[in-house]
Amino acid sequence: MRREIPLIITAVVGIVFVVQYFIPHTPFNRFQELFSDWFFIIAACAIWLGALNLLKLSIISIQKKRRDWQYAVIIVVSWFTMAIAGILGGRDFQTPGTGFTWLYDNIYTPLSATMFAILAFFVASASYRAFRARNIQATLLLVAGFLVMMGRVLFDDLLFGSIGEEGIKPLSEISDFIMNYPNLAGQRAIMIGIALGTVSTALRIILGIERSYLGGGD
Amino acid sequence: MSFWEKMLAVDRRWIFLLVGVSLLVPILPFAAIDVKFSVSEESQKLFDGLKELPPGSKVLVTFDYDPPSAPELQPMADACLKYLFSHNLKVIIMGLWPQGPQQAEISVQRALAEPAIAAKNLQYGIDYVNLGFQSGNEFVIQRMGSDFKEAFPRDTRGNGYDDLQLLRNVKNFSNVDFVFNLSAGYPGTVEWVQVAADRYNVKLGAANTAVQAPLAYPYLRGGQLVGLLGGMRGAAEFEKLTEFRGNATQFMLSQTFAHFIVIFFIVIGNVAYFVTRRKKE
Repeated sequence: MRREIPLIITAVVGIVFVVQYFIPHTPFNRFQELFSDWFFIIAACAIWLGALNLLKLSIISIQKKRRDWQYAVIIVVSWFTMAIAGILGGRDFQTPGTGFTWLYDNIYTPLSATMFAILAFFVASASYRAFRARNIQATLLLVAGFLVMMGRVLFDDLLFGSIGEEGIKPLSEISDFIMNYPNLAGQRAIMIGIALGTVSTALRIILGIERSYLGGGD
Repeated sequence: MSFWEKMLAVDRRWIFLLVGVSLLVPILPFAAIDVKFSVSEESQKLFDGLKELPPGSKVLVTFDYDPPSAPELQPMADACLKYLFSHNLKVIIMGLWPQGPQQAEISVQRALAEPAIAAKNLQYGIDYVNLGFQSGNEFVIQRMGSDFKEAFPRDTRGNGYDDLQLLRNVKNFSNVDFVFNLSAGYPGTVEWVQVAADRYNVKLGAANTAVQAPLAYPYLRGGQLVGLLGGMRGAAEFEKLTEFRGNATQFMLSQTFAHFIVIFFIVIGNVAYFVTRRKKE
């Protein structure tokens, strides 16, 4: 029964969601609303589960003095600091002026932005070392990348902005062409491929053929 | 060791330094250059979509991003809210990312600090509301298709849905005139198109990071998106269109110089690679 019940739930919910898309009337729309509400509850619990799991693993890491356990101390302290600030802030803890908002604006935001900003430096360094025109495909990618990079910033405006009444913008036009035709065609092909793959996988899951999500190597 | 071999083995800290300088110098006050730039068709279409809305129209602004994407998306959010508030449009805020509503508060405060908007004395609950975050990704959008209240029973301030005057006649997407999605990934623009635009015929405009924007082009050409703002350029164009100049216009110059440095190094790297390879052969 440990396997049958999840399979039945998956099949029923899957079929209801497929049917209600084509027949958005009672009772299918009601079932869809009910299942969506359940999904919210499960998703909210999953966030809690993730947060508690992070806390648990970090505490174990500190207790056992695992490699880089000092970072786990920062996680635990940050976890409790944000949680306490949120709880003390009451229901409107996300509004301006609360301790939670202060921590979010002045610590969380700059730290997150810094982590992401570092990418600019590593991308530049990695491009220098790895982006080589070794063959035709790589050369095409390189040239397209160059043109889009130049067209998406102010190269045109700085180089040709003073020519003519509104300036000429060859790089922007080439970049737009690449985005609107080769990129669009490629994206559509990928999307159609993904959609077909998703439909076939979904059918396999709904029909109980694909059971790997249950775990246990079945 | 020849010059080109030295170039191939250059210490990456030199690259970091040059990228850092190229990013920093253009945003220094003494280096500020007033660059005139053109507006792309996709940004213009999005702006036109907003411009068509009569005063009092309800616009749902969805903040589906977190602080790492803020340098690109926050200027778009700032310009969007300033435009909506200054044109007497009603704003409903929500987020499919936990940090989204918090990012929204930043933009709301910036917009309310604008003298022209402050003079309007906009009231929370009447002119704008922040419904907050709801877990559930695209299922939240789907639930909103039948009933907003079921997806967001309370706002971020703890007010009940029915207690908010702005939301009294808002049952589902049919009561919203425009959806403006700020997205940095999943869940984001793709989910809004697939559920809200395709199924509920919502008028949808999107603001994406530069990395994500190429994925939205098929929806733009397909007519499922009214318009699209892509990356820092899109943000700068939107600031120009709304006439609320902010950080994006200034950051565009930094990005331009950084792109130049990256391209320069890639060219040098390739020349060095081919010269040294030929020597070895």
